[in-house]
Amino acid sequence: MHMFVVLCRLAWRYLWRNHRRTIVMLSAIAVGTWAMIFMTALTRGMVDQMIVDGISVIPGHVQIHDPEYLDDPSVNNRIALGDAELATRFGDAGFEAWAGRVRVPAVVTSERESRGVTLLGIDPEAERSFSFVDYDAVDGRFLEGMDDKGVVLGAKLADTLETRVGKRVVLMSQDPENEIADRGFRVVGLFHAEMEVTEEAYAFVGKHTAQSMLRIGDTVTEVVFLGDDYRNVEPVYNKVVGLVDDSVKVSRWTEVDTYLGTMMGMMDGFMLIWVIVIFLALSFGLVNTLVMAVFERIREIGLMLALGMKPAMILGQIIIESMMLLAVGLFIGDVLAWVTIKPLEGGIDISAVAKGMEMFGASSVLYPNLSMDDVVLTNVVVMILGFLASLSPAWRASRYEPVEAITKV
Amino acid sequence: MNIVLRLAWRNLWRHSRRTWLTIGAMVFSNTLLVFMISLQFGMYGLMINNTLQVFSGHMQIQAPGYKDDQKMRQVVPAVQPLASRMRSELQSDAIAARGWAFGLASSEERSYGIGIYGVEPAFEPRVSNIPGLIKQGRYLEQNDAMEIVIGTMLARNLRIGVGDELTLLGTGLDGSFAAAVVIVAGIFDSGVKEIDRNIAEMPLAAFQEVFYMDGAGHQVVITAPELDQAGVLQARVEADLSGNDELVVHGWEILQPGVKQAIQADMSSAFFMYGILVILVAFSVLNTQLMSVLERTHEFGITMALGLKPGRLGRLVMLETAMMGFIGLLLGAIAGALFTTWFTFNGFSYPGMEEMVANFNLPGRVYPRATLLTMFAGPLVVFLFTLAAAVYPALRLHKLHPVEAMRTN
Repeated sequence: MHMFVVLCRLAWRYLWRNHRRTIVMLSAIAVGTWAMIFMTALTRGMVDQMIVDGISVIPGHVQIHDPEYLDDPSVNNRIALGDAELATRFGDAGFEAWAGRVRVPAVVTSERESRGVTLLGIDPEAERSFSFVDYDAVDGRFLEGMDDKGVVLGAKLADTLETRVGKRVVLMSQDPENEIADRGFRVVGLFHAEMEVTEEAYAFVGKHTAQSMLRIGDTVTEVVFLGDDYRNVEPVYNKVVGLVDDSVKVSRWTEVDTYLGTMMGMMDGFMLIWVIVIFLALSFGLVNTLVMAVFERIREIGLMLALGMKPAMILGQIIIESMMLLAVGLFIGDVLAWVTIKPLEGGIDISAVAKGMEMFGASSVLYPNLSMDDVVLTNVVVMILGFLASLSPAWRASRYEPVEAITKV
Repeated sequence: MNIVLRLAWRNLWRHSRRTWLTIGAMVFSNTLLVFMISLQFGMYGLMINNTLQVFSGHMQIQAPGYKDDQKMRQVVPAVQPLASRMRSELQSDAIAARGWAFGLASSEERSYGIGIYGVEPAFEPRVSNIPGLIKQGRYLEQNDAMEIVIGTMLARNLRIGVGDELTLLGTGLDGSFAAAVVIVAGIFDSGVKEIDRNIAEMPLAAFQEVFYMDGAGHQVVITAPELDQAGVLQARVEADLSGNDELVVHGWEILQPGVKQAIQADMSSAFFMYGILVILVAFSVLNTQLMSVLERTHEFGITMALGLKPGRLGRLVMLETAMMGFIGLLLGAIAGALFTTWFTFNGFSYPGMEEMVANFNLPGRVYPRATLLTMFAGPLVVFLFTLAAAVYPALRLHKLHPVEAMRTN
């Protein structure tokens, strides 16, 4: 233990013997660390936001459908269970939230225009907690119950249809016999969403109203379940699987939206690659610094060896020197990252490229997310790789022949 | 060989390990830069082409406001005569007229809302790749035939095949009810879900009849032989239409703002990463050259005492750096080109890439190609930063006092 303290003190002093070199190397490590963390925080923020927004549109962490429905989202492929049956199965099972909904493609027509939309027949109370629509921020009002006779459209869609709150539109879809099922609705509210495509895509109506329009009794096309953590949906998934039979397909959100699911897995991989690439660029400088540091004091090393210091001590001392350099550099980089990210946490406005971000599935405000896990992982990876990189110069230093080393000029 | 050159060259190899490590940092960054830039620009090109060749073309003549609202009544009057006049004036066949309407398509079993294009069968293949993607049946032939081509997913969802009847319901230009029965002539497979599920094409004259268009359409699509000639062509079209307030010409950046902005967003994050790599290399060089100057203080003192001007010594240091940088540039560019070329033949892909890039109309495997530009753009920037990094060590020489310098060992 005492030896370790001595080695540390030695290493620290050696580090500052050539302070210019140490400062240049520290700057490089600090800039590298800053870039690793800064970039990760931005990307992590973007992906998190995408996933949260995306899940709220799906919605839910786990869904059940008829096995055919995801490929052919028709009213014919609805779940055969009635509302009462669903309530007895899922009502007391202890889900965060769950809701049965009717979701079918439809056509909405105003006196001016027609557009395709996804018709959602919902129970507004059951979905309040996880809907992507903030009920209170709707122009006009949101649906007031399952028997509401009104429709809530996206603001952008209403624009295109040249309709507004109070006017009437016709929704058209098909019933199970493929007869045209249509019905007039009064527009009671217009919702706003982060992305224009979302505002164009959905029309909300009361669940019972939708069921009677489509002539499907009390059945629904999907049931959605919410757990407490979207990163770990297995508990909810397993619980749902336990409550249903083979007549329905249970899907996690990562399967419903494969793009988002892939994104989440990709994020961690991307981060690790980025950290390693930056480290490799740094490692050349790090090894170089150590090689030089050893070269300058070959004679001292020789002398220490001649006086009986064990080669392992030399090895340890050089590695400690390298670890100290990295640790100080990492610390400065971490602080730098914290200082630059904190002021940006209110969101960075990138609406100049909003249409482009929509292609990524991201909104036009970027909220950096400085996650402790990412910071810890970055630091640990750099320390481990740094340790590996300093092994070779340290090993060489400890293998010198004392006499040769002392006499070297 | 010039004596200064020889001196610089020898100085460089005094510490061959250090020099190689510094060059190694350059080669590492350069290889990555060449590969990333080749991949990136290759992807951008694909993204633009793949997006534009589906429907937008390089430019379109439309009614003002149409691109934002796509309303039925924002028409280009007498669209076919306009297209044929453009064809003769610009002496190009890659010009085609189109109409667009939204309607409900019903088969025996299913009904879906879809977008219907009215196209000129003779010219559409010159501006769009859809006609070439017919997998079953054939593309449209007669301009007034009551037939339609649809996407594979739509065909599957509607459960119909070539030769079957499809009923279209929609709203005509005058607001009246439009209905028609058409025969499926062919089924296309673009590989893009949204298109294969939501789009159909029918002959323009038939389209105009069904939707009471009275000879009008919504767009004239123009495609230049190459993307970089689109600007010149657009100027000619604009000159031709000047004085006509009823029509506007939109280039592809306006028609597909998402593509351009996605590229911008991607570029800014890519350039951040490249910048960091370049800066880290610069630190590495700064460290090396600073060391190399400091360890020669004694020697520089002597040469200065003998009458050598500090400026001359500074140039020597710069020359050493340039030599080192040049080796890094050359090796890096070659390594990068080889690395990239391997992927030119084998394709570049990673798990999950297919889901990721489908939003940008990209295939799951891309084939980057190293050009002179992508091969040298990155390495040249690295070279310039390398030189810039050596400026500080070179300038330090001016502060050197010969006598003091000679006294340092």
